[in-house]
Amino acid sequence: MAKQKLVVIGNGMAGARAVEEVLARGGADQFDIVMFGDEVYGNYNRILLSNLLNGSQTADDILINPLDWYTENGIKLHAGERVEALDRAAKVVVSTNGVREHYDKLLIATGSRAFIPPMAGAYASDGKLKAGVFGYRTIDDCAAIVEYAKKSKAVVTIGGGLLGLEAARAMTVLGCQSHVVHLAGHLLEMQLDVPAGAMLKKAMEGMGIQVHLKKLTSEVRGKDKVEGLAFKDDTNLDCDMVIVAAGIRPNSEIGVRAGLTVERAIVVDNHMRSVDDPNVYVVGECAQHRGRVYGLVAPLWDQGKVFADNITAKNTSSVYLGSKLATKLKVMGIELASMGATEPSEERDEVIQFTEPKKGTYKKLIVRDGRLIGSILMGDISKAAYLMQAFDRDSPLPEERLSLLFDLGTPGTKITLDEMPADAQVCNCNGVTKGVIGACVAAGKRSTKSVMDATRAGMGCGSCKSMVKEVVEWFCGGDVQEDPSVHYYVPSIPLNKAELIKAVREQGLRSVSSVFKALAGGIEDAPSKPALASLLITLWSNEYIDERGARFINDRVHGNIQKDGTFSVVPEMPGGVCTPAELRRIADAAVKYNVSLVKVTGGQRIDLVGVEKDDLPGIWNDLGMPAGYAWGKSYRTCKACIGTDFCRFGLGDSMGLALKIERRFRGIESPGKLKLATAGCPRNCSEALIKDIGVVAIGDGKWEIYVGGAGGAHVRKGDLLCVVDNEDAALLYAGRFMQYYRENAKYKERTYTFLERLGIERIRTVVIEDSDGIAAELDAAMKRSTDATYDPWKEAEAPKTANQFATAIAAGEA
Amino acid sequence: MTKSVLIGTVDHIPPGEGRNFIVEREKIAVFRTHAGEVYATQAACHQSIGERTVAMWAGATLVCPLHDRTFDLRTGEGIGPDCASLKIYPVALTENSQIVVTL
Repeated sequence: MAKQKLVVIGNGMAGARAVEEVLARGGADQFDIVMFGDEVYGNYNRILLSNLLNGSQTADDILINPLDWYTENGIKLHAGERVEALDRAAKVVVSTNGVREHYDKLLIATGSRAFIPPMAGAYASDGKLKAGVFGYRTIDDCAAIVEYAKKSKAVVTIGGGLLGLEAARAMTVLGCQSHVVHLAGHLLEMQLDVPAGAMLKKAMEGMGIQVHLKKLTSEVRGKDKVEGLAFKDDTNLDCDMVIVAAGIRPNSEIGVRAGLTVERAIVVDNHMRSVDDPNVYVVGECAQHRGRVYGLVAPLWDQGKVFADNITAKNTSSVYLGSKLATKLKVMGIELASMGATEPSEERDEVIQFTEPKKGTYKKLIVRDGRLIGSILMGDISKAAYLMQAFDRDSPLPEERLSLLFDLGTPGTKITLDEMPADAQVCNCNGVTKGVIGACVAAGKRSTKSVMDATRAGMGCGSCKSMVKEVVEWFCGGDVQEDPSVHYYVPSIPLNKAELIKAVREQGLRSVSSVFKALAGGIEDAPSKPALASLLITLWSNEYIDERGARFINDRVHGNIQKDGTFSVVPEMPGGVCTPAELRRIADAAVKYNVSLVKVTGGQRIDLVGVEKDDLPGIWNDLGMPAGYAWGKSYRTCKACIGTDFCRFGLGDSMGLALKIERRFRGIESPGKLKLATAGCPRNCSEALIKDIGVVAIGDGKWEIYVGGAGGAHVRKGDLLCVVDNEDAALLYAGRFMQYYRENAKYKERTYTFLERLGIERIRTVVIEDSDGIAAELDAAMKRSTDATYDPWKEAEAPKTANQFATAIAAGEA
Repeated sequence: MTKSVLIGTVDHIPPGEGRNFIVEREKIAVFRTHAGEVYATQAACHQSIGERTVAMWAGATLVCPLHDRTFDLRTGEGIGPDCASLKIYPVALTENSQIVVTL
């Protein structure tokens, strides 16, 4: 089939991004692409324009698609050509200079322009803006502003929105006296409420910027050039330069002239197609979808994807359903995050607020029916990523509202990304600095995952992942992409966990190699193997076909590999209890095998460190104790305090319950480690409140069950799941929670992350109230798993594979 | 000067895993795929604190368990950032499933 011609009017962030999306779908084979750009540059990141004003970046720095990009991708670019006419009958567009292009499909992405409000004297007699008056929208605008500012003393910025404040700040950097004139009663009225706006004003004034509120400019004074402004309330302000940042207006005239439906902008359907012409698409700030016109960058990305899905016919059911607006920004060095509503609007809306005026910290959440409908964060935006996600996905919020505002228990104050020096380490495990991430983004990586893959940032302990994400986003300046594989259970199979489980069950896939064969075209991926093995064990219990090559070394030889290649040996010791005879055998084995270290672990066991692989079967036999499972992503330990038998304060038999828990759940595979504890009273000596599952005696035979606690790289107090009347019930609900976690958590996702993702309410309704009617199934699945586990140290007698514990085999031995 | 050494039957190595062999005082890691191919590399890892045979691998890609470094078993080349390459040895199977390594 002959190629069709796709003509794009507009070479800004929306147009170029939409074309990138088309190319990513193989669109170059379907279309010859022609683009018209009003400006003579390639596509640049308009969000970073303020950096041109304050001199921290150059025009080259903010280019997203330099001119080479168009050549490389076979795109014909008419740079500096403004499209004047669109003839839909003939399917032809014509530029001001007479360049004509025929199209089969047309994309209008003309964006918007600076709005110059009606003011007497704004224009000179030649119809151009008066000398000293500037719009603020393009690279050329910035260059002109910087040039003129050099000979200006006082600069007024009209407009106290995002753009205006950035411009005003830049003017102080350029050494001018800077004023902001704003029509509304407080700054950033779209993003902030009155108190936050007032705090921002104070902060700005502290930086030497004068803010004039409730001022409507009526006149630009001065004969040939700016000399001052006059306001409607008959006041005046002298200045020699004016920057107008009073909002934007969509460039939709082309639509009007071509007879398309235009209201506030060109009206489109859910496919981003003009409602009048199936061959004309519109994206970006010149598009009106469901009555809304967006002026932020995030909706562009979504619209571009929908457009590309449809025009390439890769996914014609792809629809755009509107965007929820959330922004994170920095004004005047003050970090802000704002999403959704700024004020409550219904009686049931709940407002959670924290103010610390001296520090300039302000946090406000508006919650409706347990879900976030709006938030303002100022000064400290450490919770922004979490809140934006909750807002965007409409997910239920944890009951403990305080944790929405603060990271309790995590040490250290975070410095802002701007202040962070380039050589500061973001990922301590792999030594990746902010500068390295920046270089990676500059080299074209646009998703957190691709940056992580290229730099290894966040691939160690993982505790810095959210920080890496923030740094990537910061460098991308909003132009960040999501790698779809982040939702997959393993990157090599495009299915999320629920879909994968369904496929595995339906097709009866019982071994890792059969999963690769059936679902990944036979292509095996090493890092995916342990994750798949873990899932298959959980699903199939004793029917699982164990291919040891698919397991991490620890799971092949049942010990934890140390950095010198030796292993640690940790026998089982429920609640930290053993008999004197067992203790003696441990000591004898330690002496006999000459271990490098004997150490009591954090989980109340004894660790014999530094055992050669060949010695493992021997030492296990000598110990005569079951494996302590101190190596895998599995049930690890259950700590216990001394409990009622001996402690004066004991309310429950914590050691006895720990023994029952350990005997039932030992060796259970799970997505992440499961560390448990029982406490005989609320004094919590065994630290049960910061365990994946903690069971605390409260008297009268009752126990509280806490879940999702953490005391490692992340510190979190567990959430109370339920209170039960006896030990059997504690075992039942702990087991059911574990099973739900096993079936629904991502690989390596610990309970504390899992819990925050789903919310304790959701988990409680499933596990305790059985809202989904799956409780019996969960219990049965857990029973199958506990029945199927066996002591892996028995492999000392009957190895599973040839030379399982051999460090090396002498060549030539038959 | 190269030299071929018969090191033993392939049954020493379970499919999908690797084992170390001492060959002429050198320690060599030999891997056997499910498809029946064999690869041979130096046994010690660059940090000289671990061994290749404990690694996870798939197809011809090896992932070191200690630091998650990735290598191509066919060429020995490191894949991804800051990976030095790995020494590899030509290896083949005889008709009666004996492993022959060329030093």
